[in-house]
Amino acid sequence: MDGTERLFERMVHEHQDRVFALGLALTGNRHDAEEVAQDTFLKAYRALVTYAPDRIRELKQKAWLHRIALNVVRNRVRGVRPHLVELNGSEPDHALGTEDGALLKLELDALAVRVARLPPRYREAVVLRHVQELSYQEAADALGQPVGTVKANVHRGLKLLRGDDYDDSDN
Amino acid sequence: MTTLTTDLKRLGEVKAPAGFADRLLAHVGMADSYARFDTVLGAVYVAWNRQGVSAASRAASAAEFEAWFRKDVGRQLVAADAPKDLATKIEDELQGRRRMRFDLRGLTPFEQAVLRKTREIPRGEVRPYGWVAREIGRPAAVRAVGTALANNPIPYFIPCHRVVRTDGQIGNYGGGGPEAKRSILTMEGVRLKRLEELARSGVRYQGVKTTKVFCYPTCHTGRHALEKNIVWLHDEASARAAGFRPCKVCRPAAVA
Repeated sequence: MDGTERLFERMVHEHQDRVFALGLALTGNRHDAEEVAQDTFLKAYRALVTYAPDRIRELKQKAWLHRIALNVVRNRVRGVRPHLVELNGSEPDHALGTEDGALLKLELDALAVRVARLPPRYREAVVLRHVQELSYQEAADALGQPVGTVKANVHRGLKLLRGDDYDDSDN
Repeated sequence: MTTLTTDLKRLGEVKAPAGFADRLLAHVGMADSYARFDTVLGAVYVAWNRQGVSAASRAASAAEFEAWFRKDVGRQLVAADAPKDLATKIEDELQGRRRMRFDLRGLTPFEQAVLRKTREIPRGEVRPYGWVAREIGRPAAVRAVGTALANNPIPYFIPCHRVVRTDGQIGNYGGGGPEAKRSILTMEGVRLKRLEELARSGVRYQGVKTTKVFCYPTCHTGRHALEKNIVWLHDEASARAAGFRPCKVCRPAAVA
């Protein structure tokens, strides 16, 4: 196994949860999230093997993977609304067996569906800032937008998301 | 009461599904996948990657197969669902009908040459270790050929069971001992009893009087010769002295 492959293996282990979470928040269901995560890492791998060693060393992995994942989601859902499915958790749950865990997961999935139904520009901004917890600067870099635009989109996105069941105290 | 932003933060803490990284590494070809197949030989564990089939074994359990693979092949291994057509391909290959691709990376060039040559031996026939050594241009490396075949990572598919001792004895077998070797050869249509009788009486080759050609006893070109036209030959020199030339198909001796 050469250096690039070792680096890629580390990258997968280090960032798989983050990329999967990004996919879940952007698509609203775990099946699509896994596809997004897989496509993201496949694209990353195909790019890595063509990169010169210098470029690989200087790579900001987190930001780079976020950009790839955003593009993967944009390309796959272009013109298609996110699926509005599995609100009642019809998918089998391997990771969590307890009732508490199942409940938590249901709530999270329901929230992911609501986030995924936001208009794309708000959705991406909210997810990068509050799900992935990037700084405004990092989110702006990943989106290729000015910081002010991102801030405005995050604000509007949160406002849309905030339904009756949330108090208005944060922000 | 939770606020929206803390909920969103929790959404960012979900974990990727179990086995995600392994499946991904298998997908890009950095790990091999494996599954258990029911074949004519019984249950066989087969590993594959994007280069082709990389290992096979009649291991007793998945755990045993995984341990053997990691130790012998030295790559990651992931249990997987087999691609739709793989079971059919495996069955066809074991029946001698198809040529699959194999991944022999990680073996020395010598080992690869031995295994590639071994694949040329047709079903239902056998060749001596010395034949493989001579055919790959290393006539003195007979024992090394034996070692390379004993370490064959893909037995059954790369038919190392079709290589037998020069004196006609069946010889040992890495894919499950001499008994397994006998049963696989019998299944493929080799008449072992006859072969061993010939070997015991010192016969190496079968000559056909009408064509003046001598072959290995299992060579398919000599199968239809009439019994009265067959002569049994003990070595190359006496065969040539009697006016026979080596068969160009099974090549029992260097063809001039």
